[in-house]
Amino acid sequence: MTWVLIALLVVPLVGALVVTFLRKDDSKAKLVALAFSLVELVLAVLLWTAYKPGGDRIQLAAGVDWIAAFGVRLSFGIDGIALVMIAVIALLIPLVIGAGWTEKLPAGRSQGGYLALILVQEAVTVAVFAATDVFLFYVLFEVMLIPMYFLIGGYGGARRQYAAVKFFLYSFLGGLIMLASAIGAYAMASDELGKGTFDWATLVKVVSDADATTQTWLFLGFFLAFAIKAPLVPFHTWLPDAAAEAPIGVTVIVVGILDKVGTFGMLRYLLPMFPTASKNLAPLVLVLAVAGVLYGSLLATGQRDMKRFLAYVSIAHFGFIALGIFSFTSQAGVGSVSYMLNHSISTGMLILVIGMVIARGGSSQISDYGGMSKVAPLLAGMLLISGLTTLSLPGTNSFVSEFLVLIGSFPTQPVYTILATVGMVLAALYVLWLYQRMMTGPLRGDALVSAAAGPGAVGDPEKKTAIGDLSKREIAVLAPLVAIVLALGFFPQPVLDVITPTVGATLTEVGVTDPVSVQEGK
Amino acid sequence: MTEPVAASGIASLAWLLLALPAFGAAVLLVGGKRTDKWGHLLGCATILGAFGYGLALFFSTVGIENPEQRVQNLHLFDWVHINALTVDFGLRLDPLSLTFVLLITGVGSLIHIYSIGYMAHEEGRRKFFAYLNLFVAAMLLLVLGNGFVTLYFGWEGVGLASYLLIGWYQYKPEAASAAKKAFLMNRVGDLGLAIAIFLMFNRLGTTQYTEVFSRVKEFSSAEILAITLLLLLGACGKSGQFPLQAWLPDAMAGPTPVSALIHAATMVTAGVYLIARSHPIYDLSADGRLVVMIIGGVTLLIGCIIGCAYDDFKKVLAYSTVSQIGYMILAVGLGPVGYALGIMHLLTHGFFKAGLFLGAGSVMHGMNDEGNIRRMGGLAKYLPITFVTWTLGYLALIGIPPFAGYFSKDAIIAAAFTGEGWRGYVFGGVALLGAGLTAFYMTRLLILVFLGQPRWKELKSDDGREYHPHESPLTMTIPMIILAVGSVGGGWFLSSGGRLSGWLEPSLGELKEEHGVLSHGMVGILTVVLAVLGAAIAFLLFGRGTQPVERPERVSFPVRAARADLYGNALNEALFARPGTWLTRALVFLDLKGVDGLVNGTAALLGGSSGRLRRLQTGFVRSYALSMLLGSIFVLGALLVVRFS
Repeated sequence: MTWVLIALLVVPLVGALVVTFLRKDDSKAKLVALAFSLVELVLAVLLWTAYKPGGDRIQLAAGVDWIAAFGVRLSFGIDGIALVMIAVIALLIPLVIGAGWTEKLPAGRSQGGYLALILVQEAVTVAVFAATDVFLFYVLFEVMLIPMYFLIGGYGGARRQYAAVKFFLYSFLGGLIMLASAIGAYAMASDELGKGTFDWATLVKVVSDADATTQTWLFLGFFLAFAIKAPLVPFHTWLPDAAAEAPIGVTVIVVGILDKVGTFGMLRYLLPMFPTASKNLAPLVLVLAVAGVLYGSLLATGQRDMKRFLAYVSIAHFGFIALGIFSFTSQAGVGSVSYMLNHSISTGMLILVIGMVIARGGSSQISDYGGMSKVAPLLAGMLLISGLTTLSLPGTNSFVSEFLVLIGSFPTQPVYTILATVGMVLAALYVLWLYQRMMTGPLRGDALVSAAAGPGAVGDPEKKTAIGDLSKREIAVLAPLVAIVLALGFFPQPVLDVITPTVGATLTEVGVTDPVSVQEGK
Repeated sequence: MTEPVAASGIASLAWLLLALPAFGAAVLLVGGKRTDKWGHLLGCATILGAFGYGLALFFSTVGIENPEQRVQNLHLFDWVHINALTVDFGLRLDPLSLTFVLLITGVGSLIHIYSIGYMAHEEGRRKFFAYLNLFVAAMLLLVLGNGFVTLYFGWEGVGLASYLLIGWYQYKPEAASAAKKAFLMNRVGDLGLAIAIFLMFNRLGTTQYTEVFSRVKEFSSAEILAITLLLLLGACGKSGQFPLQAWLPDAMAGPTPVSALIHAATMVTAGVYLIARSHPIYDLSADGRLVVMIIGGVTLLIGCIIGCAYDDFKKVLAYSTVSQIGYMILAVGLGPVGYALGIMHLLTHGFFKAGLFLGAGSVMHGMNDEGNIRRMGGLAKYLPITFVTWTLGYLALIGIPPFAGYFSKDAIIAAAFTGEGWRGYVFGGVALLGAGLTAFYMTRLLILVFLGQPRWKELKSDDGREYHPHESPLTMTIPMIILAVGSVGGGWFLSSGGRLSGWLEPSLGELKEEHGVLSHGMVGILTVVLAVLGAAIAFLLFGRGTQPVERPERVSFPVRAARADLYGNALNEALFARPGTWLTRALVFLDLKGVDGLVNGTAALLGGSSGRLRRLQTGFVRSYALSMLLGSIFVLGALLVVRFS
């Protein structure tokens, strides 16, 4: 079944190539791109069935030599964490394409070009999660920026150039420092083995035995790259700009998927390769994590722009993920990985819904809306559902992750956990306040009222307005997400079963055991 | 502690209790407008079905001879299982949860039926029934769940339903604000519940009732105290207890059936349930229970005092609820002498307070949705059924024998006198004082609404219509009549021969009887005397029924303070809301100018000159991006060469 993984890398690239030739015909380009993304989704399902939880550490592995002189290989394979991330990418891309079906692109841009970039982005992102060669990972980590750079810079809002450059430079810089660390690890391996290699499994064995000082320096190089990517406070300022300027589908990819590479990197590279440093530097990461939860939540409350709001919500959520990773218990670790998955789903849904609001009102300012539930009750309901999963209501997918992160972190890090739990209250505040401002009260707000009844008009809730409720296409985009949100909220165990062995293996590599053991308690 | 046995027979179908209302809610929400015609009937049918099943289950449990066998566990599925952490999603069917099932589905059925008439003119009535169904499902999960996590599911689920229903008239800004406030203040309480759960897992590796309660001795005393206080915080949020009481009166912005079901009879009493359910933990901590009693005592007085000053029909009843739940919290804080008493008052209160709210709804329904009692008066002859049923509920609430409230409240007051030394006098005295005040403000309400001069005759409602008060349709009056019957006979029925406390014994342990500083008989007499006194003073003050329609503004300080909710909201505003707003603004500024400024500044520095950065931002960026990539590969190559040559 190794072919499935290879096919997952190739299919979107082929799709991108085909779509490039359809730049003249927007509707055909959309159909073809959607078809390819659906094939990718089917492949992801196949990959899920091919993966054996509790089997080999890395499964479905395949590879060829690339730069033989440096022992660099094009090698791919997945563990449980990579699997869920690949699956969620494959799930979101068709929805992104569906949601953007009628979106107007900037003048002179074609759907063909836009969708080709989206598909390339999909392929590269899948590859980042599947890479098992550290050098390959680095290259893909940087290459991943290129389609995104063009997506933001070419199709975004007014300050798109600024946001694109900032995004690119920031991530790129982080990547370069990571490269230095990777080379350091390579050097250690070549000293020890007599032959250089970037193979992940080999580097884990070699580097994890290194002394604390070496580990600390190498750790910091990787950590900076991941902390920027994730993003952790204070390395976060690129995200609000990128999220705000990107077209809405691209915001889904940036906020919902790309930044997971950061936390994925922590689990795959930081913890196994630098176990001593991970333990020693955990307090540093935990401080940043909890700061992120509280800082991100408060800033989300204070935002006036919906897309920037989304970015700060995510910053808060990444704080939870980092807390779970660096608490070193299996429950918290599984919580973090499922948080990565669930954040993609629930925040992805929230972004798509907000995109539908913006498509109606033509503005991303919160104050331009009000009382929409009267004219678009379904849309309001969807905003509420995506909001409730964002604030981790029990019964939704996100509750599972937040609960696991917190209950798992408490035994080792009670103080940080209690501080992070305050984020629960703040989440209720920023979500429900947003809903209240946009959806309740009398119909009001410039964008909405003028769209409904012409400029300068005062909204009349009784009058038929131009603001329509969700279309069939929009319902088709959101309905699967609602179903997944509830299904994973009540029956999370099948997914947790996939994640748990990989997290267990990672913690073994770190050399920690759960403080709360089976049956006995502590 | 009675160990549960695996559910069998009819009990193995107990998931139906959750599935029926959840199914109703799902059909109504997904079906949308297509269900407009019959949605309300489906809503009622699912709840009645659940009630029918609940009755069958109840009688089959009563039929089990050995009380030890009356605690059953129904495993549904493992919600989460990761190494040491297993969360079993299952139901605990025992006397305590079954009592709640009957209360929730019974009162729930009546209120569903009442809502058919009350919401008849409301657009989207089916959605209202969907939310009500959702509430019932969540509330049943709350009381039936077999562990603290399943309880938490239901706990936040009812919070959601409450949020949706308070905000039912969401085009009114105050309703939307009240809904958000309720959810937020509840979440503050949930914080306590969540951390208590973490503590349990940390020490015992489990959060299921059976294991936690049987191994409760493994906690250190500090942990026990922490857990009792954290659970109390959760209870305060959900049950509108001090200092988290401010959301409940605002919640009256929701439709009246919601106020009756959620914000009087069931959801707001969940805090009492939580403490009674966790009694093995509270049994171990006298200090924890003392704090519970203090919270209960303080809240019951706050509720009474504010209730005396309000002019809004439903808000007076809301503060009355706050105060009556204060009694229940006080009762469960008393420990083994009070757990069952708290539950008994919860049940009788469920009946008479739901009836009082439905009566208020009936009055407002007939009065153009007017809620200001100063604009009422003399309504008894226009709404005779409402008047009679409401008065029966009123007599029950103020504790006149032989009505329901007398039995349950008197028992709590007598038990409050039992503590050692000063405790008995203080808590007993507070509870007695509360009884007098309750009679006062409820009598004021009775007079201003139903008796005296019809002050509304010369007035028009806000929407410019004249008032034409009229009796409500049968779908509304029949539930009121049934609840009135419960308000009359419920207390005697539950208390005679220790019927309820005996039934609850497998869940709550034996109801201990202790002799207080005052004898039970003495307390009974004092309670009635104070109630009559309170009512008499109200009659003397308001009996002529010629209150001014506009409320007088030049009033004494106590009245002003009570009208301002004893400054609870002002305090919240000053302590949390305003500092929070300022902090947020400061952080937004810091983030933009400070953190991001630093980033851009560094970028400019690295770029060599700001001019170069400006060029980056305005053009040539694509080529720059590519050159960066090429550059990095060059750097990489150079590094490798340097290192390995």
